Amino acid sequence: MTKGYLVLETGEEFVGDWIGAEQEVSGEVVFNTSMTGYQEMMTDPSYAGQLLTFCYPMIGNYGMNTSDDESQGLAVSAVIVSDVCGEPSHYQAITSFSERLKAASIPGLMNVDTRALVGVIRKNKTVNGKILLEKQKNAHELNWEAPDWLAVINQVSVKEPRTYGIGQYHIVLVDYGYKKSILEEVLTLDCKVTVVPFDTSFEKIKELEPDGILLSNGPGDPMALSHYFTEIKRISETYPTLGICLGHQLLALAYGGKTKKMAYGHRGGNHPVKDMQTGKVWITSQNHGYVVEEASISKQNFNIWFQNVNDHSLEGIKHRQLPVQSVQFHPEAHPGPSDTAYIFREFIQQVVANEEKGAQIYAEA
Amino acid sequence: MPKRKAINKVLVIGSGPIVIGQAAEFDYAGTQACLALKEEGIEVVLVNNNPATIMTDDGVADRVYMEPLDVGTLEKIIAKEQPDGLIGSLGGQTGLNLTVELSDQGILDHYHVELLGTSVSSIKNGEDRELFRQLMIDIQEPIAESKIIQSVEEGLSFVEEIGFPVILRPAYTLGGEGGGFAYSKEEFVDLLKQGLSLSPIQQVLVEKSIKGWKEIEYEVMRDENDTCVIVCNMENMDPVGVHTGDSIVVAPSQTLSDVQYQMLRTASLKVIRALDVVGGCNIQFALHPTSNEYIIIEVNPRVSRSSALASKATGYPIARIAAKCAIGYTLDEILNPITGNTYASFEPALDYIVVKLPRFPFDKFTEADRSLGTQMKATGEVMAIDRSFEGALHKAIRSLELNLYSLHFPGMKQKNTQELLDLVEIPNDLRLFAISEAFKRKIPIEIIMELTKIDYWFLQKIKRIIDGEQALASYQLSTIPLDVLKRAKQLNMSDHRIAELLGTTSKDLRNKYKAYGMQPVYKLVDTCAGEFDAVTPYYYSTWHGHDEVLTNTNQKKILVLGSGPIRIGQGVEFDYCSVHATLALKKIGYEAVVMNNNPETVSTDYSVADRLYFEPLALEDVLAVIEKEHVAGVLIQFGGQTAINLANELKEEGVHIFGTLPEHIDQMEDREQFYNFLNALNIPHIAGHIVHELDELPSLVHELGFPVLIRPSYVIGGQSMFICYNEKELYHYITRIQQDTNDRCWPLLIDQYLPGLECEVDVVSDGNEVVIPGIVEHVEKAGIHSGDSMSVFPPVTLSDETKEAIVEIVQKISRNLPVVGMMNIQFVIHHDTIYVLEVNPRSSRTVPIMSKVTGVPMVEWAVRAQLGTPLKAITDEVNLMKEPGYYTIKAPVFSASKLKGVDHVLGPEMKSTGEIIGIGYDKQEALKKTTIRTHHLEEITNPIRLFVSISDRLKQESLPIIRELSARGAIITATEGTAKFIEENGMVTERIVKSKKDILNHWQDNPPHIVLNIPNQGREKEKIGFFIRELAVRFQVPYFTSLETLRALVDGLNQILQGEEILSLQEYLSRNSKSEQVTTK
Repeated sequence: MTKGYLVLETGEEFVGDWIGAEQEVSGEVVFNTSMTGYQEMMTDPSYAGQLLTFCYPMIGNYGMNTSDDESQGLAVSAVIVSDVCGEPSHYQAITSFSERLKAASIPGLMNVDTRALVGVIRKNKTVNGKILLEKQKNAHELNWEAPDWLAVINQVSVKEPRTYGIGQYHIVLVDYGYKKSILEEVLTLDCKVTVVPFDTSFEKIKELEPDGILLSNGPGDPMALSHYFTEIKRISETYPTLGICLGHQLLALAYGGKTKKMAYGHRGGNHPVKDMQTGKVWITSQNHGYVVEEASISKQNFNIWFQNVNDHSLEGIKHRQLPVQSVQFHPEAHPGPSDTAYIFREFIQQVVANEEKGAQIYAEA
Repeated sequence: MPKRKAINKVLVIGSGPIVIGQAAEFDYAGTQACLALKEEGIEVVLVNNNPATIMTDDGVADRVYMEPLDVGTLEKIIAKEQPDGLIGSLGGQTGLNLTVELSDQGILDHYHVELLGTSVSSIKNGEDRELFRQLMIDIQEPIAESKIIQSVEEGLSFVEEIGFPVILRPAYTLGGEGGGFAYSKEEFVDLLKQGLSLSPIQQVLVEKSIKGWKEIEYEVMRDENDTCVIVCNMENMDPVGVHTGDSIVVAPSQTLSDVQYQMLRTASLKVIRALDVVGGCNIQFALHPTSNEYIIIEVNPRVSRSSALASKATGYPIARIAAKCAIGYTLDEILNPITGNTYASFEPALDYIVVKLPRFPFDKFTEADRSLGTQMKATGEVMAIDRSFEGALHKAIRSLELNLYSLHFPGMKQKNTQELLDLVEIPNDLRLFAISEAFKRKIPIEIIMELTKIDYWFLQKIKRIIDGEQALASYQLSTIPLDVLKRAKQLNMSDHRIAELLGTTSKDLRNKYKAYGMQPVYKLVDTCAGEFDAVTPYYYSTWHGHDEVLTNTNQKKILVLGSGPIRIGQGVEFDYCSVHATLALKKIGYEAVVMNNNPETVSTDYSVADRLYFEPLALEDVLAVIEKEHVAGVLIQFGGQTAINLANELKEEGVHIFGTLPEHIDQMEDREQFYNFLNALNIPHIAGHIVHELDELPSLVHELGFPVLIRPSYVIGGQSMFICYNEKELYHYITRIQQDTNDRCWPLLIDQYLPGLECEVDVVSDGNEVVIPGIVEHVEKAGIHSGDSMSVFPPVTLSDETKEAIVEIVQKISRNLPVVGMMNIQFVIHHDTIYVLEVNPRSSRTVPIMSKVTGVPMVEWAVRAQLGTPLKAITDEVNLMKEPGYYTIKAPVFSASKLKGVDHVLGPEMKSTGEIIGIGYDKQEALKKTTIRTHHLEEITNPIRLFVSISDRLKQESLPIIRELSARGAIITATEGTAKFIEENGMVTERIVKSKKDILNHWQDNPPHIVLNIPNQGREKEKIGFFIRELAVRFQVPYFTSLETLRALVDGLNQILQGEEILSLQEYLSRNSKSEQVTTK
């Protein structure tokens, strides 16, 4: 096997063996602690532009199937793993982990001590890295420019609106890099869903006559989308709205909130969030590197909905008057627990109630 | 919600003696929970009559009642202590059943005791099959087509409906006892009858079989606020059909996609919510191998063996957190002690794999039925952690201490193809090794899959190991390339195996690693896959990547070697000793490094040691930790035989052994050296010889005279040890042992057998002074393994002169060897001579009992002595200590009903799995609290139905007891010869049974109350005695194979007591006069 080198901006270097496409790549090195769900993660557009490290040391055990992709194809820039299973075992498997990487021309590095790598990330917070064919002496001499997140989002977002389902209620899903499971979750709730490009204007959305709006997840820094904040605010003032992950951050920003880069993000399927109204704790799937600062949220407009039990970071907000809310975590799961799937049901109930009231709430507001 | 204010005193019910299906995991759980309650300022009252446990220590509970675990006794304790609350979900099935009974009988209400944690109705919903079934139907969770059956007729009509195969599960039994698969009407009727009789509520669940599906378990926690988390899921490599306690288990699951993982997770939460459990719960699923169809197999609404495993596998202390939940905390209020800054309301993420292997007793019980099914047979288990399945599996195999170092099992090669494939197909303890051999023979993986239904993933990994071994075999030490060697070690192949394949020695191999700069690295178990900084020093090794474990250069750092898996002969008592050695080191100011691999125990709780290494106790693993930690030395006297066996090899590597020197240990362990040593000191010992070959035998035996005690020299714990009374028995033995061991039984040790009084002492020695907390007298004559004999302390028949003589012998041995630390000496007193039977240069099974009932912290003193403190500086009490005013009786507890084919006849080979004690100011009272109570002998209504069958050898000797029982009106049934003898002596036998069939017929109508059966030798399946004993087990009739045991019990029954006194251990100790109370200087 060809040796590959993961070189970090902070100077550390890890040696591994190439899998997938043997091409050099660069991006933020992140880690996910989930023990299952590698296929969902690799196809989650939120990972676009990132080098994804799997904490779990044996990846590929159950192969790759046709049903668990979260988007059109692999979205990660690269994967970093410890051991890869070459001969998967699962009744649904159609190919192996590394075959899939190869087919999608995505590079990866295996036989890396991923736990040590996680330790480096934990210590240095945000870490950029490159997977290279040759050993490098001076990491700082490499080119470490920040990614253009707007371009990344542009790349992962749909180019034309596309409608799914035949349900009674019409939901417009603004696509910043949406996960298929969000769409599927909503489709099960008697909805028709139109997925629109991330830069679709309020007027264009209005033409679609939606009953509700879903702001999707997506990769990178939400501030890259600052140009669209006003539009997002107008949309949410007009329609019941649910924001997820990046969608949550955008909603908060649209109402004057602030976001910041986290030390090393939340990525995994075991994050406890507390519903601040009921005191109940749910286990959630998460994947974010930025977070909304709780202090920046206007308490006049929003209630704090969810908070992370471990670091007390903001996990969700709910508008005090409007049927508008957002969550930092992924209620659609895939991968991860579906404890909070009720959020979709509650949202659609709002949509239904709003419909019945003939959009009175908005008339008053 | 913060802790409830009204709860100031809590009663905790322990799980009692170790039996198969209920082992040390409940000591771990109980200890954790008691400590968790105590740190909340709650007074803890504990009831458990298992003396070998940590939980029954003074420091763990405020009041410890070593009293019988029955409702009557518990009520008395409740009346006396007036606790505010009760936790019953920590004592296994025993604790749970007692809790339900206490509630059903209105005792909890009467004394205003609040049941904390899971409610009785929840327990019943989880445990009662019909209620559970209905609940699952209500919440639309799938269960297998099933019905509660209460009679054979009902069962037959049900199976006609659903067809075969079916699985039978009796309600409220231990370890799935009495369950099994039936493929035909005949098998079904047999099993159903057995199941109905075993179930205390006469219910058996008959279920459509789902054999071959994947078996998956989830460990779930829930608090009062309805927050639920999964601590861990686990996948059994063995598909449904083998009890999970007997299965090879990995954590987390390996072959489930996220969709499947989450599907079962969601179902788990649904179930725990429907059951309204507060605390921990274990849920077992069967998952179809080629679809997402699943079925809920069973639910345990309590901590369990699996929860102990999950706690150790993840670092998430389930019992501790369940206890906090029980007193009103919610999960998000409880800190995760591993990280110190996150909370218990999260789900652990693992970045390693855990492999659990069961430890079976078949190395001892070669005649046992080794097939595995729904009835658990393992006595213990080992757990190993690594970053790959292959690595963890290899480590787990080493940890078993079966003298196995790889997937290569000696003797497997000799099996013919059919024999091999049978071993592959029918689940048994050797299946893993048979599969490996099949791969060596190039049998295609598809065939193995078809035969075993084991998932391809696991089989592929096993194959990968075999391929790896074969790759190595083409090299020699001098030619092996670095990357090949590295690869082998990344699979954590043992040095032993690699050396074997390369034709070199482990030592040369280790030198090669040094030359190549190869060494294992250590990683942390942190519950969070590295996401957060962790503060807890809980480590495992792997051969890939970076070492993240920092070590200090503290000179005062000592390694304690644990005792590995629980097996017959080496049980939880050695964990007790290891834990106390660790605590002693910490107290004295040393840093305690602990190595062990048993997930059930307190010693592998990360809060016990300063630094815990969850590792095999093989030489290579121990040396690596010693090198890593730069310890000043090793304590080997507390981990049973496991650690002692390493003494010489460690010494050869230049490791300092504290206390008695390895060469002196050898002097005690090697028969020849031992006898020479005793001869030199003029200490009498039993005459004996080492026999190297068959030709020598006749003359040597002649010299000693029959009866003789015989065994192969390599065995420990009395394995394959027999007493032969004549030539015929002797040659019969030799023929069999040669077959059993493939002729590797030579040399044989042969000793004169003296049927005298046996007694033993545990000694703390500094090489000069000795402390003997007491002499323990055995009820049965010599010839019965000390672990299986009933014993009494203080001794009842020894004269002061004898006691003095014993002390003198102890002093002689201690000073002349010298012994520094601990030892156990066993004596036999025959015709006024005190013979030394054996010296164990280590702590023994009786150390926990003696420590508890005398208040002498024996292990602590031994550790201090080993570290150089003279005993005189520790205590004023040297030599034999004053006897307490109360009696302690220890009685063995057997798991006979779990081990088909094993003859539970008392003899020189140990068979019991656990023990209980009874304490009383009257010896008979203490006795009543043990075997009399466990066998419900007091409840026998007159007339007693007695069944007798006695070998010629002891007919005469048995006469008085039979006469006595006959005089009391016993109705006697006997086998032919015995009946003749009884009638010749003027007594009446009601019936004479002549054949096995005769006995069975008779018992079916009139099962006896008591069986007295003295065999010639035992362990011969074709003999009628064997049949009688197995029948007694099946009919749950107490049977006695030693006259002395029955004598003691009958004496106990004869005496009418003025009510029992129920006192806590603390009360017993404090009632000793001031001068008798032990103080440590």
